[in-house]
Amino acid sequence: MNPPPRTLRADLRLIADMVREQARVLDLGCGDGALLSWLQAHRGVIGYGLEIDPEKITACVGRGVNVIERDIDTGLADFETDAFDLVVMTETLQAVRNPGEVLDAMLRIAPDAIVTFPNFGHWRCRLHLATRGTMPVARHLPHAWYDTPNIHLCTFADFEALCRERRVAITQRIVVDAAYRPTRLGDAVPNLFGTIAIYGLRREADA
Amino acid sequence: MPAALPDDSVGIVVPQLARFDDPFELVCGASLPSHELVYETYGTLNEAGTNAVLVCHALSGHHHAAGYHAPDDRKPGWWDVCIGPGKPIDTNRLFVVACNNLGGCHGSTGPASMNPATGRVYGPDFPVVTVRDWVRSQARLADRLGIRRWAAVIGGSLGGMQAMQWAIDFPERVGHVVTIASAPRLSAQNIAFNEIARQAIQADPGFHGGRYLDHGTLPREGLMLARMLGHVTYQSDDGLREKFGRAVRSGNLDMARDVQFQVESYLHYQGRSFSERFDANTYLLMTRALDYFDPAREFGDDLTAAFATTRASWLVLSFSTDWRFASDRSREIVRALIRARRNVSYADVDAPQGHDAFLLPVPRYLAILDAYLSRVADEAEAPARTGAAA
Repeated sequence: MNPPPRTLRADLRLIADMVREQARVLDLGCGDGALLSWLQAHRGVIGYGLEIDPEKITACVGRGVNVIERDIDTGLADFETDAFDLVVMTETLQAVRNPGEVLDAMLRIAPDAIVTFPNFGHWRCRLHLATRGTMPVARHLPHAWYDTPNIHLCTFADFEALCRERRVAITQRIVVDAAYRPTRLGDAVPNLFGTIAIYGLRREADA
Repeated sequence: MPAALPDDSVGIVVPQLARFDDPFELVCGASLPSHELVYETYGTLNEAGTNAVLVCHALSGHHHAAGYHAPDDRKPGWWDVCIGPGKPIDTNRLFVVACNNLGGCHGSTGPASMNPATGRVYGPDFPVVTVRDWVRSQARLADRLGIRRWAAVIGGSLGGMQAMQWAIDFPERVGHVVTIASAPRLSAQNIAFNEIARQAIQADPGFHGGRYLDHGTLPREGLMLARMLGHVTYQSDDGLREKFGRAVRSGNLDMARDVQFQVESYLHYQGRSFSERFDANTYLLMTRALDYFDPAREFGDDLTAAFATTRASWLVLSFSTDWRFASDRSREIVRALIRARRNVSYADVDAPQGHDAFLLPVPRYLAILDAYLSRVADEAEAPARTGAAA
């Protein structure tokens, strides 16, 4: 049996710090269940993950994490309004078919959400496109444009505009580099120097 | 015949008989004055009695789930793919119990048994038996074997329904439930197929209103048709195409004379061999039990309410090409369990074999079952930790 991880990947650690004790958590694109497993063991949360990768699903089952094989684009209708305290989605936003609808669904299912994604407005992306004229390929965006699962890449500014449009309040924003560390430049000019952002979100009416 | 029994086989197994001499009240109001259950066990019950697993069988299954009765048996038990040393239901760690359900025709009391009240075979007089009755009779068997609580109750298809009913009726006695290729109740289409099968049997001139044993006949043609029909619903379109295509076994397609396609001869073979070994009244009884199964009914048709008092953790599995109990039926179970705030994991295994996939060595299916049941065995070995994850 796989014990719950003693240490967490740095970004998951940042997310874990945002989760209340005993919360009911839904993790969209939960991967191998590392976050939920840690939260179960250390925060007493009751969680479910959504995942579609067969090997990752088996990994979740092996570590005692509730995992549901369901596509995020079609599966969220199964979850009742306010069934959870928190919905988390790490580095998956850019791969869903309709990010706006997914965002709406997340904040229907729970009053709070955490979303992380890579910033397409990072200066390296801008430089790549400006100088080479081809779609940027980087550590966090390793795929060629024609076979990438990342069909909705966006910048922090794009995402924040979507939040405004969808009446979603941003309660927290942590901007980090590729190693998930905060940097002074990233804090100063996030849309240019931040690699990844972790957003805390809430329904505007509840904020 | 296997030259030597494989290393991962439970080996030669001997069926056992449990006799119950006190009356057994059934849901239908009738009562059996006494009855017998034939069962097999694999592995060893640990001292604390915490590692027992119940395997429930489907429509035409029985107690012989794994291993061989004799060294020259042509085939092992029906779920040998999953049960054995080192297999997903690991008999090195778990104690497995499999019984033939009440009303069956493989040694448990059923329509072909003697009715003590009349001194002749029950036949059509055998009372209607439901999934709830099976579960209660299995609970009696558990008492007899000294098993207070199952580490897991596991079943595919109709077997999965028994596992579900166990969690509802005996919440304290079930640690985990594994339902595979199952459904929370039958659809109109499912019932329709069952009814055609029943009509085929009952219309056979050898049926004699279910008294065929008294007449020294068997409704062979009817049972054969029922099985052929059932068999088609167990397979997918792609699966049949892959296995048989339009291959011809005999005759000449060019002259369109006496043509027999491979798929026809396959169905004839399946139907004929089934009609020789299966009791027609049991077939009627088992399909009725399927039709009546509906645990949500007593809870205002609310499956979530039916699951609300369950305490088990669940693994629900379905197969992508199963159209008898399609993946959506499993998702109904999962949705209700999440709403009832139960621990549940669900996987929809991509497999071309249709409903029958639950009996076959589909790698992803075995891997996820293995991952889940390893944890069940871990818990069974450390009972103090049991429920800590709930």
